[in-house]
Amino acid sequence: MSFPLLTATAALPALGAVLTAAVPAARHTAAKWLALVFSLATLGLAALVAVRFDPGGARYQLTESHAWIADFGVRYELGVDGIGVALIALTALLIPFVILAGWHDADPDQQSNRRWRPTQGFFALILAVEAMVILSFEATDVFLFYILFEAMLIPMYFLIGGFGDRAHSGSDENAAAQRSYAAVKFLLYNLVGGLIMLAAVIGLYVVAGNFSLTEIAEARAAGDLTMATNTERWLFLGFFFAFAVKAPLWPLHTWLPNAMGEATAPVAVLITAVVDKVGTFAMLRFCLQLFPEASKWATPVIVVLALVSIIYGALLAVGQRDIKRLVAYASISHFGFIILGIFAMTSQGQSGATLYMVNHGISTAVLMLVAGFLITRRGSRLIADYGGVQKVAPILAGTFLIGGLATLSLPGLAPFVSEFLVLVGTFARYPAAGIVATVGIVLAALYVLVLYQRTMTGPVKPEVRSLPDLKARELAVVAPLIALLVLLGVFPKPLTEIVDPAVRHTMSDVQQQDPRPEVEAAK
Amino acid sequence: MSTAAVLSAPAVHSLWTTAAEPVDKIPAPTIEYAQLAPILIVVGAAVLGILLEAFVPRRARYHAQLFLAVVGLAAAFAATVGLAASGHASTQARIAAMGAIAVDGPALFLQGTILLTALVAVFTFAERRLDPAHHGHRVDSFAAEAAAVPGSEHEKSAVKAGFTTTEVFPLALFAVAGMLVFPAANDLLTLFIALEVFSLPLYLLCAVARRKRLMSQEAAVKYFLLGAFSSAFLLFGIALLYGYAGSVSYARIADVVDGAVTDVDPALASTMGNDVLLLIGFALLLTGLLFKVGAVPFHMWTPDVYQGAPTPVTGFTAAATKVAAFGAMLRLLYVVLPGLTWDWRPVMWGVAIVTMLGGAVVAITQTDIKRLLAYSSIAHAGFILAGVIAATPEGVSSVLFYLAAYSFVTIGAFAVVTLVRDAGGEATHLSQWAGLGRRSPLVAAVFAVFLLAFAGIPLTSGFSGKFAVFKAAAEGGAGALVVVGVIASAIAAFFYIRVIVLMFFSEPKPEGPTVAVPSPLTMTAIGVGVAVTLVLGLAPQYFLDLAGSAGTFVR
Repeated sequence: MSFPLLTATAALPALGAVLTAAVPAARHTAAKWLALVFSLATLGLAALVAVRFDPGGARYQLTESHAWIADFGVRYELGVDGIGVALIALTALLIPFVILAGWHDADPDQQSNRRWRPTQGFFALILAVEAMVILSFEATDVFLFYILFEAMLIPMYFLIGGFGDRAHSGSDENAAAQRSYAAVKFLLYNLVGGLIMLAAVIGLYVVAGNFSLTEIAEARAAGDLTMATNTERWLFLGFFFAFAVKAPLWPLHTWLPNAMGEATAPVAVLITAVVDKVGTFAMLRFCLQLFPEASKWATPVIVVLALVSIIYGALLAVGQRDIKRLVAYASISHFGFIILGIFAMTSQGQSGATLYMVNHGISTAVLMLVAGFLITRRGSRLIADYGGVQKVAPILAGTFLIGGLATLSLPGLAPFVSEFLVLVGTFARYPAAGIVATVGIVLAALYVLVLYQRTMTGPVKPEVRSLPDLKARELAVVAPLIALLVLLGVFPKPLTEIVDPAVRHTMSDVQQQDPRPEVEAAK
Repeated sequence: MSTAAVLSAPAVHSLWTTAAEPVDKIPAPTIEYAQLAPILIVVGAAVLGILLEAFVPRRARYHAQLFLAVVGLAAAFAATVGLAASGHASTQARIAAMGAIAVDGPALFLQGTILLTALVAVFTFAERRLDPAHHGHRVDSFAAEAAAVPGSEHEKSAVKAGFTTTEVFPLALFAVAGMLVFPAANDLLTLFIALEVFSLPLYLLCAVARRKRLMSQEAAVKYFLLGAFSSAFLLFGIALLYGYAGSVSYARIADVVDGAVTDVDPALASTMGNDVLLLIGFALLLTGLLFKVGAVPFHMWTPDVYQGAPTPVTGFTAAATKVAAFGAMLRLLYVVLPGLTWDWRPVMWGVAIVTMLGGAVVAITQTDIKRLLAYSSIAHAGFILAGVIAATPEGVSSVLFYLAAYSFVTIGAFAVVTLVRDAGGEATHLSQWAGLGRRSPLVAAVFAVFLLAFAGIPLTSGFSGKFAVFKAAAEGGAGALVVVGVIASAIAAFFYIRVIVLMFFSEPKPEGPTVAVPSPLTMTAIGVGVAVTLVLGLAPQYFLDLAGSAGTFVR
């Protein structure tokens, strides 16, 4: 038996979580280092997965399969395609930076109980989330995926509710109330989505008799398994609802601004850049593969919802007074693009959507983490409390600008490539949708540049005058991510090479071909 | 006169002979002592416990009783495992004790569950470290002298003398004995007797709390009155069913329902086979059982009893009664009435739906942790009913699995409730639990695990159980019920999460309760609860197999 690389990639952060949690209360700095080491080791394993993965090979590689719960038709089945590899790499890449950025976010305060170990808890929870997210990108068994999809809510919930943003404008008690409200809202929205998916998962079992993605796909291809049109549609809706809550898609998005606003910046990054990607990833892997006909049937509605997300998220981002909520609404707009790309049902659209997931993760991480550094310095999340920061802290302002420009998809930075691909892919099938989505880009320029202008330029506000610039640790967080944005912006080929074959498989699942270009067709 | 004498002489003679002969011919009942061993061991231990109560000096009673109860339950469990291992759960499944008791897979599985649950519950009964010592005597959760009027001089002197109610152990054993018979009962009279045998000790146990004694006694009276009502319903149902079938044996009634019986008892010729009697009788019977499992609309007693009873008793009642009562219900529905499936199904659909939704919705407004768990148990009864309704072997095994998973979570959760205390005893008001996670992270984390299991979050036993019953229900054609169940789960998740929020995200109150450090007894109970919760969540296959192989009833 070969080395179970995929299991190891998920098990390593899980082990790290356990060990970190077990560090004695007084040694909280050791817990941080331990967590960082484990996250870096995980990154190493993720790199190994990417190297071992052969883009020209079988659809699912590095597969593992073990009996688990035979009574439920459940097996422990893992395997990665290109999309999975890209997202595992993204997750493993971001977690060390999240840990580094949140280095002091959970330091114990002086008067707290000796047995209350916030630091150990914080970093252990981050690693636990990493383990479950990575395993969910690897799962090729629907039930296994469902379990992880639900279980990862619990550590996320404690991260949001237990470790709030210390830079809150109101009183302490008010802050705690808002934070716990945000955490509960996050959990309930996602739990309801998940429970509706549970009904669909059970329905799938009744129809198919097992949960293996590959077996179900084979049975469908061979004609052994047919679903009545209505059954397939209901099951699709059950799955899609859960993923749309997680992604989040308008009108199921309202938990995200609360959660991202109240959580610390690194946790906000964890939510939007890592955990939410499971939703869009699952649309590609499960909705399209298991229910191709229903996916095509639902496409018009989903495209419209995605467009609403793009425009609505961008408009609300323009109107925000709170920096973190602004980034949250921007993310809603971007998730609209990702979902649009997936359901445009063209290979450019889906490749673009996958790249978008990766690039959005990196660019949002830069913007949000720098915003977090800024907020920690000044102790306020309100845009109006800032002004002229670039004169005081030029490096901070500069990195913030790069993160912002990446968010508005400036050519030369990575998100441009993916946004362009999504728009091209969408336009080929739904020209009107492509045009509407372009408006979202214009709005993105508006909210990013206005944010920069109001906070960084202009006269220096008295409260801002003494803000220190980025420290070495903070720079170590931001610089590699920016380098990556530039690299993937100029040279996205390594990523597209991995992703494209996977997208071709998905396209053939839904029996879609790219529409021929108009000019050629006219000849 | 003489003729009369002549005539009467043989008459007298024949009277003598006919009267005498049947006396000889009454067959001695054949009792399969080995197959009934689990029940007999527990009954024996209970009787012995009463003797101990009478003859052992007071200071030695606690240890003697605890030892006896633990050994009795463990031996009974060993006997159950032995029976199952020797094939009585599958190929050797038999009707024992002249048709009164079935020894088959479901019966043995449920008996094993009840015995283990009871064993863990006895540990919590015996806990004596939580309350501060009274007058130099260690005290448990039970009144010094149950007969003393609360607040009286008599009571004070009993407390001062260090009396303890060690009768709780034999009472619990009697209850367990009844519960063992209940799901195995193979005729209606045995069913009724088993019901009374386990109910009466439970009424008593509810009444003997050491603190808040009036509340405890009120709970017991409510439980007793409503329980007596439900027993009456059950008994009336049995009478009607006897009228319908001419027998109380499950197999015989099933034959009459199937129309396989041609020999009509002349005394019952006018009623036998009358479907009105069958339907009404069965409805009354179900009422009695639904009362015991706490299904809406027969759930009214649950919150009061759960709140008022001593918490270890609450845990025991909540877990074991549910196992026994659902076991009996399964046997009735599957053995007696397979031919009547389409008649009882719509009714049970309705009951399941209102139970799931009602329990979950009302639980949201609760402010007492024990009442909250009571309503949660109602919602869980609804989920289990969904599996009962499946009417397939998978349905049976899913219910068996759910019951096993649920009972250990319940015992563990109530054991944690006993730990959180302030000067007035257990602090059960939810506001007192605020910030518990900061004071005692471990206890709060353990309770959070139980709450997540109740909520059915994956990787806990609650999820495996819920998935099993919903899957069985969906396969049995009750897809709509699954959807309702999922909605109810979502509602229920809200109040479980609320408690977690309270424990972890609220600031502790200055005069909040403290967490008592328990003896190894309660720690074992909680530890077993956590272990079972996680094992059944992560690797349930072995236990699913066990429940699956126990899915067939003997007739």
